[in-house]
Amino acid sequence: MADTATETSPLDGRAGSRADSAVIVEHPHLGKIDLRGDPGDTAFVDAVAEAIGAAPPIVANTVATAGKNSILWLGPDEWLLVTPEGNQGQAEGALRTALEGQHVSIVDTTDARTTIRLHGANARNVLMKGCPLDLHPRAFGPGQCAQSILAKADVLIHQLDDAPTYDIHVLCSFSRYLWDWLADAAKEFS
Amino acid sequence: MTQKFRLAEGGRINRDRPVRFRFDGITYHGYEGDTLASALLANGVRLVGRSFKYHRPRGILSAGAEEPNALVQLREGARTEPNMRAPQVALFDGLTAESQNRWPSLEFDVWSVNSLFSRFFPSGFYYKTFMWPASFWMTYEKFIRNATGLGKGPVGKDPDRYEQRHQWCDVLVAGGGPAGLMAALAAGRAGARVILADEQSEMGGSLLSDTSEIDGSQSADWVAGIMDELRSMEDVTILPRTTVSGYYDYNFLTLLERVTDHLGEDPDGKTPRQRFWQVRAKQVVLATGAIERPLSFLNNDRPGVMLAGAVRTYVNRYAALPGRKAVIFTNNDSAYDTALDLQRAGAAVTVIDVRKAPRGARIDAARAAGIDIEDGRVITRANGGKRVTGVIIRDLDESGKSVTGGSRSIGCDLVAMSGGWNPTVHLFSQSRGKLRFDELLAAFVPDKSFADERSAGACNGSMRLSDCLAEGLRAGLAAARDAGFNVRKAPTAPKADEAEVGATMPVWLVPSGKRLGRGGKHFVDFQNDVTAADLHLAHREGYVSVEHLKRYTTTGMGTDQGKTSNVNALAIMAELQGVSIPEAGTTTFRPPYTPTGFGAIAGRNVGAFMDPARLTAMHDWHVEHGAMFEDVGQWKRPWYYPRDGERMEDAVNREVLAARSAVTMLDASTLGKIDIQGPDAAEFLNRIYTNAWLKLPVGSCRYGIMLHEDGMVFDDGVTTRLAKNRFLMTTTTGGAANVLTWLEEWLQTEWPELQVYCTSVSEQWATVSVSGPYARHVVGSLTDYDKLGPRDLPFMTMAEMKVAGIPARVYRISFTGELAFEVNVPRRYGLALWQAIWEAGRKYGITPYGTEAMHVLRAEKGFIIVGQETDGTVTPMDLGMDWIVAKKKGDFIGRRSFARADTARPDRKQLVGLFTEDDPHHVLVEGQQLVEEVKRAPPMKMVGHVTSAYFSPNLGRSIALAVVKSGRERMGETLYAPRLGGGRPVKVTVTDPVFFDKEGVRARG
Repeated sequence: MADTATETSPLDGRAGSRADSAVIVEHPHLGKIDLRGDPGDTAFVDAVAEAIGAAPPIVANTVATAGKNSILWLGPDEWLLVTPEGNQGQAEGALRTALEGQHVSIVDTTDARTTIRLHGANARNVLMKGCPLDLHPRAFGPGQCAQSILAKADVLIHQLDDAPTYDIHVLCSFSRYLWDWLADAAKEFS
Repeated sequence: MTQKFRLAEGGRINRDRPVRFRFDGITYHGYEGDTLASALLANGVRLVGRSFKYHRPRGILSAGAEEPNALVQLREGARTEPNMRAPQVALFDGLTAESQNRWPSLEFDVWSVNSLFSRFFPSGFYYKTFMWPASFWMTYEKFIRNATGLGKGPVGKDPDRYEQRHQWCDVLVAGGGPAGLMAALAAGRAGARVILADEQSEMGGSLLSDTSEIDGSQSADWVAGIMDELRSMEDVTILPRTTVSGYYDYNFLTLLERVTDHLGEDPDGKTPRQRFWQVRAKQVVLATGAIERPLSFLNNDRPGVMLAGAVRTYVNRYAALPGRKAVIFTNNDSAYDTALDLQRAGAAVTVIDVRKAPRGARIDAARAAGIDIEDGRVITRANGGKRVTGVIIRDLDESGKSVTGGSRSIGCDLVAMSGGWNPTVHLFSQSRGKLRFDELLAAFVPDKSFADERSAGACNGSMRLSDCLAEGLRAGLAAARDAGFNVRKAPTAPKADEAEVGATMPVWLVPSGKRLGRGGKHFVDFQNDVTAADLHLAHREGYVSVEHLKRYTTTGMGTDQGKTSNVNALAIMAELQGVSIPEAGTTTFRPPYTPTGFGAIAGRNVGAFMDPARLTAMHDWHVEHGAMFEDVGQWKRPWYYPRDGERMEDAVNREVLAARSAVTMLDASTLGKIDIQGPDAAEFLNRIYTNAWLKLPVGSCRYGIMLHEDGMVFDDGVTTRLAKNRFLMTTTTGGAANVLTWLEEWLQTEWPELQVYCTSVSEQWATVSVSGPYARHVVGSLTDYDKLGPRDLPFMTMAEMKVAGIPARVYRISFTGELAFEVNVPRRYGLALWQAIWEAGRKYGITPYGTEAMHVLRAEKGFIIVGQETDGTVTPMDLGMDWIVAKKKGDFIGRRSFARADTARPDRKQLVGLFTEDDPHHVLVEGQQLVEEVKRAPPMKMVGHVTSAYFSPNLGRSIALAVVKSGRERMGETLYAPRLGGGRPVKVTVTDPVFFDKEGVRARG
């Protein structure tokens, strides 16, 4: 019956931005696994690399990517694995198998956050209205991520390309607030 | 089109774009590029306002941010703004402005009688007059506010949009004059990310008013060339109409950009009116220029008495002639430029120079132009009322403190005065920079810097154009280098006027030949109507500190913050005290540099964006079913679900009764949830919670209380052992984030040896709590009923199963005291689960209930709510929960504090229940104090207070929880609850705090 139970996302049917240069789209159920472990332990690093295809990044605020999996640095011993929708179960299983017996924490947090993809020539200008980070290309580019605030919501921002395109991971409870804020912020560029 | 004082040619106004505007109801014409002040001057309007205290007629003094007089009420309705400085208001078609501080009109102002009684309004007037009786202050204040006042605030909702923006840069240049332009150019060429901000409508600063040449071209053309290059640089951001308003720690600066103020309204419905920038700059170059000082002579506030530099600006930049017969009164060389430009513009000019036989290139030029120079003389008095009509001049004696010889009268309609220049050190001082007094300039200049900044140009005390350009260049290069850029292609300093500038001869108080205070007033602070006589009085009354002087006399207060008055005032004070000016010191320069509207500071953080509303997966269902919401932290939680026409108490009673008689459902998704993993997880919980956790079986739940180090309760919740080394902790809704921080703090700083990881999963799960005698029937119909039996899923256990086809964790825990199942599913299925339970429950009469019914239900059971029964001063023992404090397990957070005498004393406030005696339906008020003995009026000895009070439909009477001193020894005792606002105190009986199902059998069923 699981297949018949209706899934909902917090932003279903919500009106978006009217600015072509700052488009927002929800990617509600990207697989997300919160991973904790000791990056100084090669057994841990190797096991993650074996399971995911990429080792957890050591450099702060960077992203390691392997195929459709991305490992986002969240802290010195914490990462978020972002994997395609529906793949989180398989990824979690692979991690558990590879990390069997190690002191790690593997938690499926797919449903805790939704993802708002912000894209377009003015995407950065929209973010800078509410995010105190330096997002200038000299300071922040594709392959980087950072936890910060956007307006009054905690967010995890991941820049995907130079368009620029950003994935903004936000707790679902804040997502309508943030979505409406983004749409309103983009109004200036419509 | 009678702009009688508009020059036939010149100026940076667009004569092809005439503009209509209204001032005090009269329509005038100006041009695009005008300010309100320049347009008024071009129209011959000299009287523009009344002063704050004496209601003296006032005119335009300056051409910039320092303006103390020409403050207007700008625009109308919801967009009206008081105290706008006319020299900084860009003119637009349809602009309306009103003068301030006058009634009924500017020409005839009733309150100008204050001027006649001015000797009754001395320094410290407020302090002296309203000392007694204090209650009269209300009456005085009303009168005073009407008589003075500085304009009116808008009444309607602000219709405009305000944006905010964060920006980082390598070099922020504040000020786009000669020094700022060179700094921006140098840093830009080095490849730095540069922000160039200037408060004016275009870059150029003093060069826009100047007639000199740079590198052989007109200064305005030179500016255009530099701007072209700056605009071609991708990483140079040019912000005209932008005031750098605040300079804070770590090179964090705020900027106010007036985006569409000069257009009158938002042209397209989406462009902000203003934008507030929050800039983090690696390096800052301050190139903020200088502000001219007035001279303090008798009646120096008459309309038509202006700053000399401002006059030059109006003539050259705006082609507006402030007067046809001008007297220049100066103590330095700079005013000679004004004299020459005025003469060129067709005015008759006489120069009064306090200096005897001044020499220099400018003076020579004035002489060559045939300008009469009265040297060694001063203006002893300005004549005229609503505009200046002439001046009296006399010789200054050798001491510089008194006048000598005969007096002579000169007729004029303009006095252009210059008392020297104050470098604009406001931002430098805000950055903690220390000032020094420069004797040659007779002004404060930057000395020791404490931030990553450098000053260049006039704000650094460099008054020569060639020096400003060279200094700006050096500052820009140094800033770029310090920001990490390799400067290879440095521009060279352009060639400009290098004539020597003569020394300024300070005459802080221009003698009138009469006793100070007689025959007129020497104004020092125009905006606050502070005179030299007021400063003398303050001195006689013993005021020594400059900060006290400011507050006592109000010098330097108000919207201009003393930009033209501070140095003059403290120089007079220093003279009186017989100390040097630097010894007297300055008052503190505080942000913002000029007033910043609340709209810009608020930005878009208004309405729905003021604070996020956190919503659960089931929120839309609650809305559709008419729920009323309660704010719990940022969460919107259903409070109760009224049916048609139902009052709140009826709805709550219905929901409460349903929970004990049938079945109910609650959206419990907001509770905090923390996934705790690791070999030491159980040991960790053992230290965090007061009770024992090592032996909790897998699949079992346990209630826990956590304390701060002081032994006081700080959060509670049920934690479940999911596996040997994995727990799921729940926290209160409001405490979720704090608890996680608390856990991390202990793991990271105190117990790094523990192998434990904590991860917030609060939002991963949506939770429906099904509660009531039919709870098992309802949940059972959506899963394998047999798995829910009392033995299969006993009270305080958890099992994973599918509910409505959704993988779920089902917890048998209860906050109502009834048989209850908390079904947790991944958030995406939350709404589906809720709807499935709602449908399945219908035949049992399932009732959704909100937080209010939840509170009543738990109060009937005597269950506490952290933050309601506790307030940070309550121990578990105070709550009667000794059972939850392990005696043998060893240490836990807060344990040591139980040995403190205060924590152990027997007369602490303890949790009890209360029944009202006389009227069982009377519900007490939460927070109501409890006394043993009622007196006619407070104070009465208070022994406790009500923490929770409800009507309990299951008991058919009101109930309350309270904390009372030695409460457990008072069972059956009568206390009284006095009422706020009078009325008979309520008589209450102290009871056990558990009102319903004391044995707790129902939840275990």
